[in-house]
Amino acid sequence: MSAQAAAEPTGSPATETGRMAVVPPRKPEKASSAALGDVLFHNLTRAFALIALATLAGIIVSLVWAAWPSLVRYGAAFVWTSEWNPPAERFGALIPIYGTLVTSAIALVIAVPVSFGIALFLTELSPAWLRRPLGTAIELLAAIPSIVYGMWGLLVFAPIFAQSQPFLSATLGRIPLLGALFDGPPIGIGLLCAGIILAIMIIPFIAAVMRDVFEVTPAMLKESAYGVGATTWEVVWNVVLPHTRVGVIGGVMLGLGRALGETMAVTFVIGNTNFLEGVSLFLPGNSITSALANEFGEAAPGIHTAALIELGLILFVITFVVLAFSKLLLLRLAKGEGTQA
Amino acid sequence: MFRSLQQVAAAAAVAAFAAAPALAAEITGAGASFPAPIYAKWADGYQKATGNKLNYQSIGSGGGIKQINAKTVDFGASDMPLKVEDLEKGGLMQFPTVIGGVVPVVNLAGIQPGQLKFTGDLLAKIYLGKIVKWNDKEIAALNAGVNLPDQAIAVVRRADGSGTTFIWTNYLSKVSGEWKEKVGMGTAVQWPVGLGGKGNEGVSAFVQRIPGAIGYVEYAYAKQNKLTYAMLRNHDGNFVKPDDTAFKAAAAGAQWEKEKFAVILTDQPGKDAWPVTGATFILMHVKQDKPAAAAEVLKFFAWSYKNGDQMAMDLDYVPLPDSVVSLIEKAWHNIKDGSGKMVYAAAH
Repeated sequence: MSAQAAAEPTGSPATETGRMAVVPPRKPEKASSAALGDVLFHNLTRAFALIALATLAGIIVSLVWAAWPSLVRYGAAFVWTSEWNPPAERFGALIPIYGTLVTSAIALVIAVPVSFGIALFLTELSPAWLRRPLGTAIELLAAIPSIVYGMWGLLVFAPIFAQSQPFLSATLGRIPLLGALFDGPPIGIGLLCAGIILAIMIIPFIAAVMRDVFEVTPAMLKESAYGVGATTWEVVWNVVLPHTRVGVIGGVMLGLGRALGETMAVTFVIGNTNFLEGVSLFLPGNSITSALANEFGEAAPGIHTAALIELGLILFVITFVVLAFSKLLLLRLAKGEGTQA
Repeated sequence: MFRSLQQVAAAAAVAAFAAAPALAAEITGAGASFPAPIYAKWADGYQKATGNKLNYQSIGSGGGIKQINAKTVDFGASDMPLKVEDLEKGGLMQFPTVIGGVVPVVNLAGIQPGQLKFTGDLLAKIYLGKIVKWNDKEIAALNAGVNLPDQAIAVVRRADGSGTTFIWTNYLSKVSGEWKEKVGMGTAVQWPVGLGGKGNEGVSAFVQRIPGAIGYVEYAYAKQNKLTYAMLRNHDGNFVKPDDTAFKAAAAGAQWEKEKFAVILTDQPGKDAWPVTGATFILMHVKQDKPAAAAEVLKFFAWSYKNGDQMAMDLDYVPLPDSVVSLIEKAWHNIKDGSGKMVYAAAH
């Protein structure tokens, strides 16, 4: 993929992300049968696009409809209520929302620098013979099913992690303010553990996208920078990264989307508790997806199911906001480039 | 090559469609995951005996109730009996199939299976977070002569909604007023303390890994994995060991008929009764749009009650006492087709 992308001429920065500027196809000047085929093709593809749109609308409508009893009964307070008590029919989404956002944030904080390092090494520093096997190995990481990550996290990683948590408390825990995040019971599983597992899961996605966009940086730009005596770091930071930031942000958003929606792996290692006693990341918590996975099958029809579906609706809104935010960011970047040029 | 394969497949599919209705009936059910292994085993035996097939989807009790209400399946299955008013509202009837028990398991150095004794009230206090050390005097009073360490109790419970949790919390609600008021019962509850493991295997993984842990799992799971179970004091005041006779004893004394089978077998009277016992249930519509399919369902369960006891015991489920089975078959007479004709008679 990257080789093809590199071979293509890169006109504007936007083309690098794969979201090509739409170029209207030239009208064929052949027989009318070809024109008929064109019309058919045009309508067919439009139908597919409309199906996607209709599905999206259908999902929103059915989510709202099924969540309606809960929406009416709990109102906006649903979002900041921390109680989740099915027998008493008192539901609030604060803890799952908090868990989803915090684990995804931890995952990004770890995964973005690591992925950047991987992509940097693969494109600029790695010996040529190592590039292909290493790149393939990282892509293979992305192919591991999430339940395998979950079981590995629970049975292998969490026990080892539990032993290293006192060390984290003794070092990172000493930092003023931030220290409170790393001060808690060393039980292995919890928000931090879930965040780390998520980071491992999204690294291959972010790294692969970063590598691909780094590779399409025109060699001339880089050679020129090297030519005037820039170090590798300076070339990457001042030439490659500015040239590819749209693609890099796209890759990070792809990873964030995966982290927000990940279910199985998180369920295994997050602890699945609906109470929060402090700010420590060592504490067990819950995420929207694992609350759904855990309770949906056995939830009785009625308000419990409605509340769970409202959780799903909230996750939908969160991903929508994240997506909208990234688009906005890209738009602003594009504007900035316009003024520079 | 590929094309000819496709043709063969198409021909086979046509043949299957043409032949299937004449040869065998296929019934569909969905719901609880706890009895799924025994339903699969019964279905296998039934198919060998009669050629008829059962397609059971283990999607959880809540899913089973939703599916039967939507009439997408011939029967639903739930670990939690529906209340009489919910049955009437949905036009449903229910009957139990097999019994299982839930047992407390612990991880304490030097403690053998069956050595530790608990009362329901004590378990409730542990799960409420009121008793936090193994050498607490209330535990020590029940377990004279057992060397209890000065160790924190790590409470483990199910993270996912489950029938096991329902039976466990139902028991705690019956024996502890405080539990009933603060937590209540359900397939998922708001736990005051504890770590959540997913499934029986998740709970047992935590219990085995964390020293000083206590958890609860299905009896079959505890037995097959040789977990350290504890004895419990039952309604009559005896300390009993969890096994099939203790579960059967719990089922024997229940007032099935009066409650339309909406009986939860926890804390039942009986000198040998295990107090945390529960049955799993089948749900069917009383008025059948598809009487032929309903008759097949009843035939399947009639066959299973008659021939399936040993299969159930092989999988560590407890079959129902014969007295309960005859009550169930009597209740089947209420299932009728559109014209008011009895469906079960047609099944004979």
